[in-house]
Amino acid sequence: MSEIVKNLGRRGRGQQQYVTIRLDGQLFGIPIDRAHDVFMPDNFTFVPLAHNQIAGVLNLRGRILTAIDLSVVLDVTAVNETNAERPAVSVSYANESYGILIDTVGEVVTLNGELLEPNPVNLNPGWARVSVGTYRLENELLVVLDVDVLIEELMNRDAA
Amino acid sequence: MDDLLAEFLTETSESLDVIDNELVRFEREPNNAQILDNVFRLVHTIKGTCGFLGLPRLEMLAHAAETLMGCYRDGADVTDDGVSTILNSIDRIKDILGELEASQSEPDGNDEELVNRLLVLAGVVEGEGISETSQEADDPEPVVVAKETSSADGGGTLGRELKPGEVSLDDLEAAFLSTEGPDLSPVVPDEKEEPAPEAEESAKRGNSDRSIANQTIRVNVQTIETLMTMVSELVLTRNQLLEISRRHEESEFNTPLQRLSNVTAELQEGVMKTRMQPIGNAWGKLPRIIRDLSVELGKPIDLEMSGAETELDRQVLELIRDPLTHMVRNSADHGVEPPDIRLKNGKPKTGKIHLAAYHEGGHIIISIADDGKGLSTAKLSEKILSLDLATDTELAAMSDAQIHKFIFHPGFSTAEKVTSVSGRGVGMDVVRTNIELIGGSIDLKSVEGEGTTVTIKIPLTLAIIPALIIETAGERFAIPQLAVTELVRANPSGQNRIEKLKDAEVLRLRNSLLPIVRLTDLLGMKGRNEEAQSRTESTFVVVTQVGTQSFGIIVDEVFHTEEIVVKPMSGMLKSVSMFSGNTIMGDGSVIMIIDPNGVAQAVGQTSMESSSLEGDTQQAIAEDNGDISLLIFEAGTSDPKAVPLSLVTRLEEFDVADVEHAGERHMVQYRGRLMPLVYVNEESSRRATGRLPMLVFAEGERVMGLVVDRIIDIAEDKLDLQVDSNNAGFLGSAIICKKATEVLDVGYFLPLAFEDWFARKEQARPMARRLLYAEDSAFFRNMITPVLMGAGYNVTAVEDGIEAYDLIKGGAEFDVVVTDIEMPNMDGFTLAKFLQDDERARNWPVIALSAFIGPAAQERSRQLGMFDYVAKFDRRGLLDALKRSEQVIDVEVAA
Repeated sequence: MSEIVKNLGRRGRGQQQYVTIRLDGQLFGIPIDRAHDVFMPDNFTFVPLAHNQIAGVLNLRGRILTAIDLSVVLDVTAVNETNAERPAVSVSYANESYGILIDTVGEVVTLNGELLEPNPVNLNPGWARVSVGTYRLENELLVVLDVDVLIEELMNRDAA
Repeated sequence: MDDLLAEFLTETSESLDVIDNELVRFEREPNNAQILDNVFRLVHTIKGTCGFLGLPRLEMLAHAAETLMGCYRDGADVTDDGVSTILNSIDRIKDILGELEASQSEPDGNDEELVNRLLVLAGVVEGEGISETSQEADDPEPVVVAKETSSADGGGTLGRELKPGEVSLDDLEAAFLSTEGPDLSPVVPDEKEEPAPEAEESAKRGNSDRSIANQTIRVNVQTIETLMTMVSELVLTRNQLLEISRRHEESEFNTPLQRLSNVTAELQEGVMKTRMQPIGNAWGKLPRIIRDLSVELGKPIDLEMSGAETELDRQVLELIRDPLTHMVRNSADHGVEPPDIRLKNGKPKTGKIHLAAYHEGGHIIISIADDGKGLSTAKLSEKILSLDLATDTELAAMSDAQIHKFIFHPGFSTAEKVTSVSGRGVGMDVVRTNIELIGGSIDLKSVEGEGTTVTIKIPLTLAIIPALIIETAGERFAIPQLAVTELVRANPSGQNRIEKLKDAEVLRLRNSLLPIVRLTDLLGMKGRNEEAQSRTESTFVVVTQVGTQSFGIIVDEVFHTEEIVVKPMSGMLKSVSMFSGNTIMGDGSVIMIIDPNGVAQAVGQTSMESSSLEGDTQQAIAEDNGDISLLIFEAGTSDPKAVPLSLVTRLEEFDVADVEHAGERHMVQYRGRLMPLVYVNEESSRRATGRLPMLVFAEGERVMGLVVDRIIDIAEDKLDLQVDSNNAGFLGSAIICKKATEVLDVGYFLPLAFEDWFARKEQARPMARRLLYAEDSAFFRNMITPVLMGAGYNVTAVEDGIEAYDLIKGGAEFDVVVTDIEMPNMDGFTLAKFLQDDERARNWPVIALSAFIGPAAQERSRQLGMFDYVAKFDRRGLLDALKRSEQVIDVEVAA
């Protein structure tokens, strides 16, 4: 909870921009300063023995990205079964690059930071852990993803 | 983190390293005012910056150290205690910096004691001038040096004799006056933007020992990494273009493309060079370490370093930093003798350790030489024998150099005492593995009484390695070429066969058995490609060696070798031990690089001591001389005992805590069942804690565990029972691996677990089949009869072909005959011939059981109409043959 407050404190001011992505019908947002590219992976390699939240590795312009299957992390169903055909958003963390596999990518939206609400208390803990809060848009809710926590969790899970 | 703070941490840490080394030098040359100046200035700078940044603890420590050094600069006597205390305070500062980096603020703590000591030594504070750490504890007078003692006041104010290492005030004064005044410009390398006029100035000050200050700029490591990646990508793209242009012979693209190619190659080389760093960086901490060690061990040691400017790749530097430190410590701890012994042997009192580095043909050679006592071949040999790594005769045939090589063996340490410095016996093998992993080699030369030299050879470029590309289950992988010793194509009918030894697959390779694994199994990829699974024709085996362990990896396809650029795996994937990195191929796809170490670990079995499975001791199955695999173990006494490995289903280990009791029976849960335990000796049954090994015997539904004390080894030898045993449970003794070994009578123990082990099984047919079994060896009769009975046969066992002949002649009827070939009075072939000629007996299937399974014998048995020919120790084969023979009889009966 204190993290959310901290985050809210940081983002509370002014306009925030998010890259929107959709997974299993739900809209998510990644702060624009964390998302680097949105792309269609074309060199996808499965990594045996890795946790199934890690879809594999892929090559983006000479850089090897670790592909994270967000649908597994959030325990939802991806629209496309074949990972190799899903678009990805590239993010970086601690000098390493990752690609988050999603269903579709949407537009970049600008929202008023002060409207970010804390996650509802009955939110699935798996979602609550990796999200910073929720925006109420006209027709739906947008869940803001916390890229840092998402990746940290995956790091530690494997180490266990 | 705050930029300012980050900057401060980096610079201060560098300064502290310099201070360390300078202080060590200063201790030896206390009249070198230049060194003192340098140190004083550095500490002064640190103090100032700490004050500026609001770091009170650090400021106080730095200030106290600076005060003491100020005294020295003003002419006070330099003592060991003083230098040690200053070094201690430098260490304390380093600690605080470490915590500062982690938590972004100064940790709470108290340095009063240390500060006090410094100030007392400086004479600013009254008190015990000599602390407990002083070597010269006998002098009760505090070293009081009044702060206002200026150089004008000549003569020693101490009023006592000078101790060794101390200089008189006069000398110090003279030295101080004669040197140039200090230049107050900073010595550390400049910031990024500025050119280096100051660096040049410091070079001009004519320091003979300090290396020439290069024109350097400080660049963030990440920038260089990015540059490297971009260049690698450029190289890949260039390769693709070249590939395309090759297909179009005449094209205006060709010439510019060629130029592009050359430029790219040079660019690649240039960028690789930026990763080169002088090896002096890895040696940086060594003078201080040696100094501390000298003090701790009471041995004066000189550390000489030559070739510190030799450059090598940054990654390699990181990898050898620790091994180098380890080896230098070894030399100091074990190599160099205590000073009195050295003097007695006519050596100079101070020991010498010489570090050297130079380039040679694409490699960097690093040597660590000491003039200590060298390796004692005698002590080594003792240790080798006690660890069972070689026999007496083998050792006698080895040269000194060969014996010395054993020091790289895991678990080896001839240090009598394990000191806190070294001697834990885990060092050299780890060092060697790490060095070999990067394609280097390490060698040792030692002359007893004179010294030891360790030489390391490392290739200059690390990031690119040659790798073998293979495919399995539809996916491609790379295996570092360095680990691959050969490629074998295994044919079921050829010389190199894959066989099953119990449940483990092995490859027959030139008289030795190589344990093998399927890559699909290792990677959990079974079933991803059904087609690959069903292939039984010939399989590719990649023979790999890690350290002393050799094994084979079964893959589907082997492509080719190529040079790949190794990219480290993401932190997320680091826990997958099978892979050591990944790489981008020419076509842009990413493939994983298999880590031979990870595979080796998976191949190794945990229930046996790994030392017995090393490549050097691989077994040879001799086809025509009757050797069988025997499991050697201890039970009760320390004399070895043995049992044919073929009888044992599996080796397991279990925790005594897991043993459950039902009445008097002990049992343990095993694979979802209750398995009764039988103890070979009483002692094991009374153990309350720890782990116990056991031999698992399984026959159909029945599984039992036979608990022993310790499993020693697996050996190949003839089983030649010589002496009968009075020990129930043992058949007798045989000479196995040159030792008298008692042979276990499995038939004795099995009924202890299940009384009805030998009872007949329920059969669909009303009548049990009658089996005649001819075998002259009591042991084999005892071994195989229970097996046959367990399979539901009514067994009549005889000792010789002639007895079988008599029985049959006498009218006995059987359904199937199993016979040994080599029997004294009538051998199996003769018996078979006889059976063929006999009207009644000719329809009985005859199965030959023999150690001889060569093609000639097989041919002969076929001619004689034998149903099948099975190896003596192939229990499964025998049962299969019997089953098949049943079907034949059924057909006949029906007909």
